[in-house]
Amino acid sequence: MRAYLNGNEAVAAAVKLARTEVVAAYPITPQSTIVEKIAEYIAAGSMEADYIRVESEHAALAACYGAAVTGTRVFTATSSQGLAYMFEMLHYVSGCRVPMVMAVANRGLAAPWTIWADHQDAVACRDTGWIQLYVETAQEALDTCLQAYKIAAHPEVLTPVMVCLDGYVLSHTEEIVDVPDQEAVDRFLPSYRPEYSVDTQRPYVFGVGAGPDLYSAFKYYQQQAILKAKEVIKEVDREFQAHFQRSYGGLVDLYYCHDASVVLVVMGATAGTAREVVEYLRRQGEAVGLLRLRSFRPFPVEDLRAALSRARVVAVLDRDCSFGYEGVLATEVKAALADLPAQPQVAGFIGGLGGRDISQEELAGIFRHCLEAVRRQDRGEELVVSGGWQK
Amino acid sequence: MVKIKELPDAELVQGSYACAGCGGILAVRLALKVLGPETVIVTTPSCLLGVTTFYPQLAFKVPCVNVTFPSTAAAVSGVVAGLKRRGKKGVKVVGLAGDGGTVDIGLQALSGALERGDNFIFICYDNEAYMNTGVQRSGATPLGARTTTTPVGSIGRGEERPKKDMLGIVAAHNIPYAATASIGYPQDYLSKVQKAMQVEGPAYLQVLSPCPPGWGYRSDLTVKLARLAVQTGQWPLAEYENGRLTVKEIANPRPLRDYLAPQARFAHLLG
Repeated sequence: MRAYLNGNEAVAAAVKLARTEVVAAYPITPQSTIVEKIAEYIAAGSMEADYIRVESEHAALAACYGAAVTGTRVFTATSSQGLAYMFEMLHYVSGCRVPMVMAVANRGLAAPWTIWADHQDAVACRDTGWIQLYVETAQEALDTCLQAYKIAAHPEVLTPVMVCLDGYVLSHTEEIVDVPDQEAVDRFLPSYRPEYSVDTQRPYVFGVGAGPDLYSAFKYYQQQAILKAKEVIKEVDREFQAHFQRSYGGLVDLYYCHDASVVLVVMGATAGTAREVVEYLRRQGEAVGLLRLRSFRPFPVEDLRAALSRARVVAVLDRDCSFGYEGVLATEVKAALADLPAQPQVAGFIGGLGGRDISQEELAGIFRHCLEAVRRQDRGEELVVSGGWQK
Repeated sequence: MVKIKELPDAELVQGSYACAGCGGILAVRLALKVLGPETVIVTTPSCLLGVTTFYPQLAFKVPCVNVTFPSTAAAVSGVVAGLKRRGKKGVKVVGLAGDGGTVDIGLQALSGALERGDNFIFICYDNEAYMNTGVQRSGATPLGARTTTTPVGSIGRGEERPKKDMLGIVAAHNIPYAATASIGYPQDYLSKVQKAMQVEGPAYLQVLSPCPPGWGYRSDLTVKLARLAVQTGQWPLAEYENGRLTVKEIANPRPLRDYLAPQARFAHLLG
């Protein structure tokens, strides 16, 4: 069924189609309309789930954790300060290897107080052990939530997934979305019944303590699991394609990268604007391309190296900043490409903070700035390219 | 009324690393004899977690879900909802936390769960300070008690504020049942556990659980002190039922000195 939905409504539709059994959530802009829509579904009797109206985001994730260890499919959503408030619980959920899906309608962090989009909230949770998938459209938000349940519950992964969608730009912007049939989703996503759950006949402990020797072992297996997710994310995306005739490239979404001398790396909805800029510059004969990073964790080092090894300049646009250094994604891309035989120059740009619009002209400006450096090198100069900040 | 001699011999928490004379583990062990095997424990980093669930030493014979310090009652709500979805009826979900995890950092989550009316029992084993982290004061530390953050010196005279009225706070949520108890009066305590099991909706118990290293007394005095606290009027046995609070009267209260004297935390008060 085709419907005119914004990103939040698309997420809510996915949560319903996934036959999610327990939802615990606390309102925060711009996420709130996701959990409002779910509450409407339940009130109307079209979704059968328990909705726990908690008193904070910390409690939201704790309640999801409690419900998930009983072996039920759970969901929550948050943004910004709410995600920051969950920080402690994020580690508990991933460390206890509890599969669940959380939508993050990305929003900047105060201060200064803001309600608009950037990636600082989720990127700051990079090391919490959650898989993070960033989407470009409302359609992808819906599809990725369905994929995320499958990825999280994969027996070799058992790791929670954040589905990140840019606040307002995706969360509140309508587009035509193909909403799959319930029967088709049921064929793709079986019900969730894990091997270990709270059961008085088999009394397990969830969230054990561990001494220094065993702690390392637990953490090693956690790392192996999230690394394994690289393969599983691709596999699930291919499987999704077979069921629904849509796919998103798995870990990275490549656009004209194969012969590009300058490639722009972005996450989220900015890719939509960047595609048009790439097409425009291609028509002018410029060898430019776009790499949209879909999976921020696990970080697709191999895919990045394969896609970017022939580029001469890689421009990375961060909607976040590691204060005292640079954009987080820029650091990570540099590290991923560091020991390539012909290492591309990586230039970091920071923009789109706190909902600041990123225009086609600005993206074209980044490309032209990098193309110019390539031309200087062609004239025999050293390849040097500076980054920038959208002030 | 629970009859002590009719309690099952089977232990549902066994082989813990609790200190000799630990009032907290006694509170949990006794409660589980009434709660029985169809129980799920939800607990939080505290002495209890430290002495029962350090992998691979797992002392509970009922399922145990550990969660972050502020979130015991929130996780309880999740477990209750999840078990309901799984169609598992007749399983009691019991939140267990110390006084810090209940009256301080856990208060918000507990208030949320009480207000939602979820069907669960919350047991606070109250040893009147943050014992697991080394005896720092909590909102439940009594007036005058020496702790590592309310030390006694030329200016400091121990804890400066009276104990938080947690029973009053809980009762203000209009829940079906709340009570205080003492491990020194197991029949009274366990009868209250039984009442808590029988009500529909949230029930709250706060059980005095003396702590030998935290209070500074000989480990064989735990039960005696738990009784003296009641006999000297320092620990009222109270019940909140059907909207009414009743407090058990102490006919001939013993002198307060009898309770304070064996405890190093009060030594400076007696001179």
